Amino acid sequence: MIAKPWRIQRVGAQAVLRTVTITMAAVSFAVIFLMLAFLVIYAYPAIRFNGLGFLTGTIWNIGNQYGSGSVSHNGYAAMPGAQFGALVFIYGTLMTSGLTMVFAVPFAILVALALVYRVHPALKPLANALVELMSGIPSVVYGLWGMIVLVPWISNSVGPFAEAHLGFIPFVGGGAGSGDGLLAATFILVLMVTPIMVATIRDVIQSQSETIFEASMALGSTTWQAVTRGVLPSVRAGILGSLLIAFGRALGETMAVLMVCGGAINIFPHNLFQPVNTIAAVIVSQLESALTDSSGMAQRSLAELAVVLFVITLSVNVVARTVLRGTDRDGNRA
Amino acid sequence: MRSRRVAGAIGALWWGLSVACLVAAIALLLSIFAFVALRGLPALRPQLFFTVTHGIAGGLANAIAGTFLLVASGLLLVIVVGIGSALWTVEYASPRAQRLMRFTIDVLSGVPSIVVGYFLYVALVEGLGWGFSLLAGALALAIFMLPYVSRAADLALSTVPREMREGAVALGARPATVVFTIAFPWALPGILTGLLIATGIGLGETAPLIYTAGWSNYMPTLALTHEPVGYLTYVVWTYISQPFAKSHALAYAAAALLMILVFGTNLVARGFVEYRFPRSQRIH
Repeated sequence: MIAKPWRIQRVGAQAVLRTVTITMAAVSFAVIFLMLAFLVIYAYPAIRFNGLGFLTGTIWNIGNQYGSGSVSHNGYAAMPGAQFGALVFIYGTLMTSGLTMVFAVPFAILVALALVYRVHPALKPLANALVELMSGIPSVVYGLWGMIVLVPWISNSVGPFAEAHLGFIPFVGGGAGSGDGLLAATFILVLMVTPIMVATIRDVIQSQSETIFEASMALGSTTWQAVTRGVLPSVRAGILGSLLIAFGRALGETMAVLMVCGGAINIFPHNLFQPVNTIAAVIVSQLESALTDSSGMAQRSLAELAVVLFVITLSVNVVARTVLRGTDRDGNRA
Repeated sequence: MRSRRVAGAIGALWWGLSVACLVAAIALLLSIFAFVALRGLPALRPQLFFTVTHGIAGGLANAIAGTFLLVASGLLLVIVVGIGSALWTVEYASPRAQRLMRFTIDVLSGVPSIVVGYFLYVALVEGLGWGFSLLAGALALAIFMLPYVSRAADLALSTVPREMREGAVALGARPATVVFTIAFPWALPGILTGLLIATGIGLGETAPLIYTAGWSNYMPTLALTHEPVGYLTYVVWTYISQPFAKSHALAYAAAALLMILVFGTNLVARGFVEYRFPRSQRIH
């Protein structure tokens, strides 16, 4: 490392400044661990009470609040009949986010390619601005649009059409019901994560690919071959990183999903149109009921759900940032 | 050259699909804008700004004031911590500590907002007995905005030219003087851009506020604890689920107002970016 002359003298104001800023750095560094540690400690009775059944159970029941006595397990008590199984929510979270990525990844790559190679240079700033505006839409507004426009459309058009013509495909036939559910949640999530991915993929393509594109063209490929065999492989770290960040975002998205997912409890979806629920959505929708649990176990179990979501998103993000660290700063910061 | 012609045709098909995807994305975006504008703008009457919500409808005065109060308080909290930690990262940290710090901040930006909200609910609202309150809501927003502010400040401070620092040192400036008279003024536009982007994000948040700020039909006071605060996103979420046309109109009005505020903030922020930074240094 090159010596930095302005660092030599550290007296007076400098010492104060250094102490203050390192405190601030410690605070922002500690926040994430503090949150995790606190939630784990708070959820500990629930972790003991629920045991592994938390991850495999499908019934979420805060128990009979008017009954007498209590059930206890591993030394921790809850109301009679209480049972906290999170599999429905874990499944719903992974299913909506996974399906979202299946659609969003090719969609975002195609949109980014069109933005870079097929939009007239004069229109580029406008197209870029539109994509960036899209990522600024508040999630309740997506949810509002989902409730009023998307859900009725799925219920009235998509669902009946799928039942009539595509019913032979597993997980598609069997009626659309109210329109709230897996498909609606996935559709909204695709809309929400696509701009994030497009912005990153566009930037990594623009910053890395000019020479590769030119070289492939010089070797006689078509423009599409130059892009798919030359450019895209060269930016795969950027694409993978943006994919993981988008996946993390989808896993944790709350309001928009809450408004269109149908709020399934204790039941798995049998087709694309049935209600689901995600961990994030259930934390919002179940807290009021959890507060009525006089043993407090329901509230602690919600904290255990938060811990599960935290750990999943944390792992996804750590992997994403590690993958992206290899790319240049632009990709890293997007 | 038959295979070349086939490859060309296949390429043309894919490019067509690619352009179609772009058009579809923009069309969907515009349809969401149009939906909010058509339903929200007619509902956005002047008296909404002067009356509070009550019963099934009413106005938005409490929610607007609450939104501004929450975001402003969140910013106040995050400015010190976000800029301070960026300053340490750029000016003092060893390269290793720098990497660790940036990595943590990046990972923090991926923590789901509801997790932040529930953590603060358990810790502050219930644990410390603050109740639904301004301070709890502001802290939730601050944690959520921290990565944006810190990253922007970090990036802006990193672009201060080495020659300018060296020049200042050569003229006899103390290290702290260099920070305040050279680095900070240089980085200020970038830092402000980050604050504006964080503001836009704070304005549109719901999940971290539901269980920290709560909700109130009354105008917010400046009480830090024990008094819930209303905000616009809550109106969108709850009033659209009511079975009354009046409630729906209020939800649409709140949504339109939110979009105007968020996009206004983003446009100003991007104006700063265009003005001050070349494309390669953007944070978004």
